[in-house]
Amino acid sequence: MSFEWEWFPKLAEGLPLTLQITFSCIAIGIVLGVLLALGRVYGHRILRGICIVYIQFFRGTPLLVQLFIVYNGFPNLGITLTALQSGILALGLNTAAYQAEYFRGAIQAVRGGQMLAARSLGMSLPQAIRYAILPQAFRLVLPAWSNEFILMLKYSSIVFTVTLLDLMGKAKRLAARDSRSFEIFLVAALYYLVLVFIVSTLLRLLEKRVRIPGLGAPSQHR
Amino acid sequence: MLLRVEDIHKRYGKEEVLCGVSFGMMKGETKVIIGPSGTGKSTLLRCINRLTPADQGRVWLEEEEITHTRTNINKIRAQIGFVFQSFNLFAHLTALGNVRIGPMKVKRMKKDDATRLAREELDRVGLADKADAYPAELSGGQQQRVSIARALAMFPKLILFDEPTSALDPELIGEVLEVMVSLAKEGMTMLVVTHEMGFARAVADEIIFMENGVIVEQGTPTQMFTNAKHQRTGEFLNKISELYGETG
Repeated sequence: MSFEWEWFPKLAEGLPLTLQITFSCIAIGIVLGVLLALGRVYGHRILRGICIVYIQFFRGTPLLVQLFIVYNGFPNLGITLTALQSGILALGLNTAAYQAEYFRGAIQAVRGGQMLAARSLGMSLPQAIRYAILPQAFRLVLPAWSNEFILMLKYSSIVFTVTLLDLMGKAKRLAARDSRSFEIFLVAALYYLVLVFIVSTLLRLLEKRVRIPGLGAPSQHR
Repeated sequence: MLLRVEDIHKRYGKEEVLCGVSFGMMKGETKVIIGPSGTGKSTLLRCINRLTPADQGRVWLEEEEITHTRTNINKIRAQIGFVFQSFNLFAHLTALGNVRIGPMKVKRMKKDDATRLAREELDRVGLADKADAYPAELSGGQQQRVSIARALAMFPKLILFDEPTSALDPELIGEVLEVMVSLAKEGMTMLVVTHEMGFARAVADEIIFMENGVIVEQGTPTQMFTNAKHQRTGEFLNKISELYGETG
């Protein structure tokens, strides 16, 4: 086993794309996930049903299939997206379903009296959600949500299948060129490991920063 | 008449919790509702500001009918303070944040003004030095006083108290009652569900005795304690004074 130094900068060229896809899909996932969770908890029957169907679909089918539906399938409907757009959209829609479940759990874990107190002050339902429920739910959800973030960082590697040259895509190409799969994928793994370490450290700092006495369990990490 | 409650009915499933309750309150009055648990006292309070919708009957705050479906209930609730048995302070906000949020978000008061107001109200309940503490860092008595300050900061026309001392350790009850007594003396209109007979004797203009979803009897503390018309009222008052003493 021997390593070529040139692999390291070559693979590193894929890092910006990996990060771009991860952060973009996480952002989509937060917005859509919160909306889905709110729909599930506070929505009327029909809205709740729609949210449940969405969540079940994206949690019940493989991410790779979802990606292919967007990238290969959407053009049949007349919607043509670039590979990058497809990757971000598919991953974003997928993580939204998982995040929705985490957010729902956190919203339901906020004590019932909090909503009553907010409404008794004269807040409307949206105000009560915004000022009383969500700030607490976000803090409660952080540990589980951090896991999802890290998962998406790793799952982003599947976008190489739609021709994107992220970290994984670069590694795949290099491995084909040099026929040294074992070492090259080891280097790619090392890069992912470092990324995960950095992201989880940052999330842990965030958790510490927003922590409030008496709200949620003392932070735990995996 | 500041508050008028007329023939309120409420049922949960088969059980009728309130079977036609009516009474009224003048501005500045303090009324205490007593009665065995499960007789609908808390439900009655919640029907007044529609935290629980009544099945039948009407409630007016001054000229406005609260129970009318077209009434903007948020506007009404902003004028009626509610103090919960379990405090229900917002867990993510400091004492100051809890008192300030209503004026800021409901009344759109500027942050500086709301902060000043909140500090005054905290001072009024004797907790100026706890402004930056989170609920979990406060004792039950302190939390309840913050929640009273939170209600006061909305300049309510009326405050509803739902067993405000029932969740407290005995040694913490006094500090909460003290605040409530001084509010009553300052002329706040208060409707209080409680077992604290000392408080009732000290400041209540009227005691309302409820049982099985109806008002059995109402009258001044003196009337009720010395000269109850119904046997049940006398029995209950004796029992409760024995159980809870007169901490007020």
